[in-house]
Amino acid sequence: MDDKLVIGGKELESRLFVGTGKYSSDSLIPSILEKSGAQVITVALRRMDFQSSTENVLDYIPKGIQLLPNTSGARNAQEAIRIARLARAAGCGNWIKIEIISDNKYLLPDGYETIKATETLAAEGFVVLPYISPDLMVARKLVEAGAAAVMPLGAPIGTNRGLKTKELIRILIEEIPLPVIVDAGIGRPSHACEAMEMGAAACLLNTAIATAEDPVLMAEAFGKAVQAGRQAYLAGLGAESMYADASSPLTGFLR
Amino acid sequence: MKIMVNGKQEVLKDSISIGEYITQKGLNPDTVVVEHNYNIIQKEEWSNVFLKENDVLEVLRFVGGG
Repeated sequence: MDDKLVIGGKELESRLFVGTGKYSSDSLIPSILEKSGAQVITVALRRMDFQSSTENVLDYIPKGIQLLPNTSGARNAQEAIRIARLARAAGCGNWIKIEIISDNKYLLPDGYETIKATETLAAEGFVVLPYISPDLMVARKLVEAGAAAVMPLGAPIGTNRGLKTKELIRILIEEIPLPVIVDAGIGRPSHACEAMEMGAAACLLNTAIATAEDPVLMAEAFGKAVQAGRQAYLAGLGAESMYADASSPLTGFLR
Repeated sequence: MKIMVNGKQEVLKDSISIGEYITQKGLNPDTVVVEHNYNIIQKEEWSNVFLKENDVLEVLRFVGGG
């Protein structure tokens, strides 16, 4: 079936994006990618620690996988722009996940600063994927600002609580002419499947895989769930009703 | 000569280039990105930029993140 997701001119077969945080060892990453089928992976930019080992997460990411550096640690547009430019200078492409957070309890993103950063970075040629609360007006301004997708949260980062914001995400999917990628909060394959059934373009998750007892097996489960949800969306879900509607004929009974 | 590297003070004996600094630290140039006095310095320029008293250097790398 020809059903590709196109972002920033790149065609993606897989609609699962994965993170690289919280793994017991980065050496799991190649198996995570292989078993989940994910083609997009997030990384963060940090100061080099000269005292510890010089091991680099990039050593575990195969060629051909699209890197999506995030701006985690940024508290305003200016800091996010600085991180984005550094990430691009590192020579790993021009995709950037804008993540601007100044709230430490719920890690909710700052919509106003995110719009400002998106305007600047999209104008500089970045493929901008902003992490947002599922707010229609913020999403509309991000479309105008030149975002390549919008990435609303299902629940706060790392909570594994699922699609708590389902109704607002549904509105974004209906109203926003960009891929809507559900990012954050997805804890189970069934959550990812549900997001895809609703018409989400993709799901981005990290904690649910990284903190599973068997991350590689969980990655495979998420890969299948995202695929199943997408196929169900394309197939068109049957209507719900309050009352029973027999599936077998109601005539010709043996009496 | 005192410089700030990643928020910490360091003392250098001589003025060396960014390229030499990275090599002395034993870092793989392909895995780091450098900001010098808040300007990004492309790898090709590392050997042309020399560190001076009170310079501010950021040496960054990618790590796991979501």
